[in-house]
Amino acid sequence: MELLNAFILLLNYTIIPAITYGSQLALGAIFVTLIYGVLRFANFATGDMMSFGTMFAVLLTFYFQSIGIGLGVLPTALLTLPFAIIAMILYMLFIDKFVFKYYRVSKSAPVQLAMVSVGVMFVTQAIIRIIIGPFDRRFLDGEKFILKASEFKEMTGLNEGLTIKSTQAITVVVTIILVSILFWFLNKTKTGTSMRAYSDNEDLALLSGIDPKRVVMLTWIIAGFLATVGGVLYGLDKSYKPFVYFNNMLPIFAAAIVGGIGNPFGAFLGGYVIAFAEIFITYAYKKFFTYILPESLEPDSLVQLLSTDYKFAVSFSILVIVLLFRPSGIFEGKKI
Amino acid sequence: MRKYLNIITAYSIMLFLIILVGIFQSWSTALTILNYCLISAVMTMGANIQWGYAGLINFGIMGYTALGGLAVVLVSVAPVPEAWSAGGINMLLSLFLIIGIVISVKFILKKFHDKKYKNYLIALSIILGVILIRIVSSPGIEAIESVDPAKTGFLGGLGLPVLFSWIVGGLLAAGLAFIVGKIALGLRADYLAIATLLIAEIVVSIVKHEDWLARGVKNVIGLKRPVPYEIDLQNSPWFINLVEKLNQGKLNLINSVSEQKDVLNQLVIDASSIYVKLCMTGLFLTVVIILLIVTQKALNSPWGRKMRAIRDNEEAAGAMGKNVVKEHLLIFILGSAIVGLAGAMMVTNDGLFTPGSYRPMRYTFVIWVMVIVGGTGNNFGAILGGFVVWFLWVEAGPMALFLINFFTTHLSDTNALKVHLIESAPYFRFLIIGIGLLLMMRYRPKGLIPEKINVKKF
Repeated sequence: MELLNAFILLLNYTIIPAITYGSQLALGAIFVTLIYGVLRFANFATGDMMSFGTMFAVLLTFYFQSIGIGLGVLPTALLTLPFAIIAMILYMLFIDKFVFKYYRVSKSAPVQLAMVSVGVMFVTQAIIRIIIGPFDRRFLDGEKFILKASEFKEMTGLNEGLTIKSTQAITVVVTIILVSILFWFLNKTKTGTSMRAYSDNEDLALLSGIDPKRVVMLTWIIAGFLATVGGVLYGLDKSYKPFVYFNNMLPIFAAAIVGGIGNPFGAFLGGYVIAFAEIFITYAYKKFFTYILPESLEPDSLVQLLSTDYKFAVSFSILVIVLLFRPSGIFEGKKI
Repeated sequence: MRKYLNIITAYSIMLFLIILVGIFQSWSTALTILNYCLISAVMTMGANIQWGYAGLINFGIMGYTALGGLAVVLVSVAPVPEAWSAGGINMLLSLFLIIGIVISVKFILKKFHDKKYKNYLIALSIILGVILIRIVSSPGIEAIESVDPAKTGFLGGLGLPVLFSWIVGGLLAAGLAFIVGKIALGLRADYLAIATLLIAEIVVSIVKHEDWLARGVKNVIGLKRPVPYEIDLQNSPWFINLVEKLNQGKLNLINSVSEQKDVLNQLVIDASSIYVKLCMTGLFLTVVIILLIVTQKALNSPWGRKMRAIRDNEEAAGAMGKNVVKEHLLIFILGSAIVGLAGAMMVTNDGLFTPGSYRPMRYTFVIWVMVIVGGTGNNFGAILGGFVVWFLWVEAGPMALFLINFFTTHLSDTNALKVHLIESAPYFRFLIIGIGLLLMMRYRPKGLIPEKINVKKF
């Protein structure tokens, strides 16, 4: 019984939030890694692009709510996703045509493209703040909980409650669907294979007749899906605030590099590595130990490795350790 | 002379713009902008040394700036004896433990050659050390933070003159750069950018959350100044006499004595704030000029040529027997030290230390825009970049507001679009900076004042 309580406690406060947060990071990390693999630069506008897509979803959600369209128990934001994705893709293709294309054609150094992406970051951030403002917005509607702590306690008779928020379930389900379609596309279809070929060796791919324009366009389209869905899921789960999205770029980068940049599957797992590390290291285990240890050994302190203030610092430290001992990432990415 | 014509023109335009601000807004605002321009110029020079001389991309500017600011607190604030007696011993013990960990890691690195075994030992010693530090330090931290938390709650500094902290800021930043350089300098350029950015985030989060060190997000206010205080000036007779003399004509126009006194009082108050800012400007200008002379000398020395050779072709320079790794580390440390110095200057200028304000947007990316816009590899360009971009960053809001009002004059004041645009005027600075950067990268990639390499012909 005590053990079961301890397990539920961990599940409720660490494992479920970590899986949710990890899924959101994973989508962003695949986005970073795809751009890095195919277009060959570190995209510093990642966070703001996610924010841009989410902004459309937020605005449309407010509009749909005002005219009374909804999905019942599910959040209205899911209904607005397709429109937001289309807007995001159009914006990305526009930016690519007028900004990135020039440097790609003239084969500029990756650093230069990274600096250009900083410019795109500034502009995107400005557009977002001018359109929607810098404020914190909640756009979650519909049913909030699938399982409430009190219901769970009644059902099982345990001391510890288990809460499952609907956003957590939606995040996991949507991530699984999107990522499986993506990996099926990359590994099984001809177009996906040509994309991977282009990412592995550009010259060889061009020689074998792969159209680079098509590959680049496809990459941006996939990136638009990942950025918008990742951003909306994060916004539903927490809230939408442009500054937070900009900051989220950092753990996303950490996830992409930890997983081996240029390797989508690595980035996917990297997201979970970062999320689990952040939450497990900053969780206070006092209650957990009171359940599993005999009374005489119960700890007095919080038994917390690091305070929650250092949540971001944890993921960055992991990145530093990975860079020191395995610079190409845990799952073998591109050579550096 | 012709060679320097474009430099002189560019700087004159910049000076003219700042004078315009003085005339249209106020001289106090103009001097504030000028001081910040000078500080930005120092930061940009630091970044330019790394990027322009050696091609190293450092997105960690924010971290070094924060360390420079921390140095001001640690050096100039008076020590808090109660806090030291409450938990000083614990903190000193923790410091020795950190040194112990470093020494033991070095020892392991030297003595053991089996790679797997070595890594496990290092991990073990670090984890054990961290646990020990936590056990030793946590009662100390609690005791220190409970000493009058509204006012102190930290160990305080050394109580030394504030100018001394500028050097210490540089040294602290150099120390951090040494560690970061050892970890990250072998990485490819864009990895280096990400790694330095993330390490800077770690540094800032430590400064933010270790309250015993510098009060964290509770801020330290009322820092010492290297220049006189306004209130002292307003009470010193020589200053009042000086203001009276300078404004003789204006004062003579007023007839009643009491009115004359009021006007003089107001003039003295205004003049005191301008005088203080001018003193700061003098100090900053001295720093900028000294740095400019030193960096120009370095750029045109054999060492500077070696750095350019390494930047332009690492393999070739390596083949010529130049130690690329060592030179990269050296230049990384030098550049970061200058950024640390700028961080200390900025906190001295503000008179307060606010760890919460260190954000990557303002302290990394804007500085990088300055470097790119000014001209990489050229110190005159770097300074100009600092001036231009800071000026835009500050004045973009008012300019946008003016333009919005101008283009929407035919709309009523309650028009939703107009109200929304006026509310979001401050964010136009991001737009202007971003578009400016994109245009520069596209049409003038070498910056406003491009790098000039003088090759002597034989």
